[in-house]
Amino acid sequence: MDLISTVRSRAFAGALERSGPVGEATPERIRAVELHAYFGRTHAVRGVSLGVQTNRITAIIGPSGCGKSTVLRCLNRMHELVPGARMEGRVLLDNEDIYAREVDPVMIRRRVGMVFQRATPFPTMSIYDNVAAGLRLNGVRDRRTLDEVVEHSLRQAALWDEVKDVLGRPGTSLSGGQQQRLCIARALAVQPEVLLMDEPASALDPASTLKIEGLARILRDHLTIVLVTHNMQQAARASDYTAFMLGGEVVEFGPTADLFTRPRDPRTEDYITGRFG
Amino acid sequence: MVGLAGWGGAQGDPVTAAAAPRDAARRRMADRVMTGLTAASTLVALVPLASVLLYVVVQGAGALNWDFFTQLPKPVGESGGGLANAIVGSLTLIALASCVGVPIGILGGLYLAELGDGPLGWWIRFTTDVLNGVPSIVVGVFVYTLMVVPMKRFSALAGGVALGIIMIPLVMRTTEELVRLVPASLREASLALGIPWWITAMRVALRTAAVGILTGVMLAVARIGGETAPLLFTAFNNQYWQTRLDQPIASLTVQLYNYAIAPYDDWHRQAWAAALVLMAMTLTLNMTARLVGGRRTGARP
Repeated sequence: MDLISTVRSRAFAGALERSGPVGEATPERIRAVELHAYFGRTHAVRGVSLGVQTNRITAIIGPSGCGKSTVLRCLNRMHELVPGARMEGRVLLDNEDIYAREVDPVMIRRRVGMVFQRATPFPTMSIYDNVAAGLRLNGVRDRRTLDEVVEHSLRQAALWDEVKDVLGRPGTSLSGGQQQRLCIARALAVQPEVLLMDEPASALDPASTLKIEGLARILRDHLTIVLVTHNMQQAARASDYTAFMLGGEVVEFGPTADLFTRPRDPRTEDYITGRFG
Repeated sequence: MVGLAGWGGAQGDPVTAAAAPRDAARRRMADRVMTGLTAASTLVALVPLASVLLYVVVQGAGALNWDFFTQLPKPVGESGGGLANAIVGSLTLIALASCVGVPIGILGGLYLAELGDGPLGWWIRFTTDVLNGVPSIVVGVFVYTLMVVPMKRFSALAGGVALGIIMIPLVMRTTEELVRLVPASLREASLALGIPWWITAMRVALRTAAVGILTGVMLAVARIGGETAPLLFTAFNNQYWQTRLDQPIASLTVQLYNYAIAPYDDWHRQAWAAALVLMAMTLTLNMTARLVGGRRTGARP
């Protein structure tokens, strides 16, 4: 049996089993139009156009340095925080250009949350304070509201049962997988419409990875998720749509099952069958 | 020796085998000489420190008594009395200086760390370094023209401002360094929550660096606690209690200086006691700062 068909069949089974009703079209939440991103003179993203559907998980896969994280960071205006970074093109969130002059990036980031590769709980804060941070630092003081949001967010992040008795302990005292779920809870607490996940499981063990993926599947019902990963099994397992990027361009974009079973571009096929990357 | 030469792979080579023991002997010799030299240098550095400490303790402990902490200075000729007003005065001056030096230093340091990558930041950093190198007596003269001359009197306020100016660069550079050490990922995590950058800077970056900054502030306080020169032109001195901040105020250092150059034995003893108290204060501050700085990992429960 050759390698290609093995990978295809496993990915196919996973994708079909888990990705739900692919054909069912949902409204478009984010649309990137002719996105170009630069770091100084480096042209990292070269004309990416991409639609992200509501209540779906869209994965961006590709080898390291292909620009997938940069695309992600353009979607909530985090890219511009890097010194020397700039971008061209448009990103529409609910049909509004988030790069329009009158738009406050802070408001965009509240609507489009983000989870990073490394879990980054605030080291000076307890588990409770970490989850409450987004609300508190935006001026919410009411204890009852905070209590409710903290519990709800931790439940959504499938962490409540593990930490409900130790909410006062430092966030950094949790295990790696728990810390990452704490960061997801922290991002959910401000009730974003979109959650960007930048290789959220690449620093975790397989069990924690599966937990995060399962979590994403559940969260999909409430929000829109864009998942960047260099692990294509993860994309096949967890996503509804997949974009394959190479050298700053989107090579192929479509329903996950199609991309992994009937890649239209030979470069996609080479990548998903493990010939490079 | 034979074993050693063999290890080097030189077995059977008469030239190397013969040279190896001599090489080894020379290396051991050099090693011993260098160890001896560094140990001697450390000793030379420690001897004056230890003798100063010891001498101050021996001389000061004898003059130290309850009166020293509770009584006002007695006029010449009367024995006894204490430096209670100078101790309170020194603490007052340190508090005033902290009011000037700590907020400006911390906020300035935060600015340098967060926004100080441009040419303005470079200039601020450069000026701060220059200010750090300015002799403290020059700061005293500066505040004399700035405050004492217009107010037409020496005052605790002027003394506090002078000491505060000395504190600023110390606190500022410590804050900058420690805020820069806060990982960028934490800042990004905060910004990604839709938290504005200035709240991120204050509540995440500064808060994460807080313990280290506290250590830096304590070391800066220890440093200004021992300053005499800038106070001569600003806080001056006072033999009595003074509660008004626009009046001259006593301080341990200036009182020590005055007593030490006076011709009376009783005053000399008081000066030794003042030196001992100052030293103990500085030592305590330094030790506390180090203890606090030592447990960086502590999080709020």
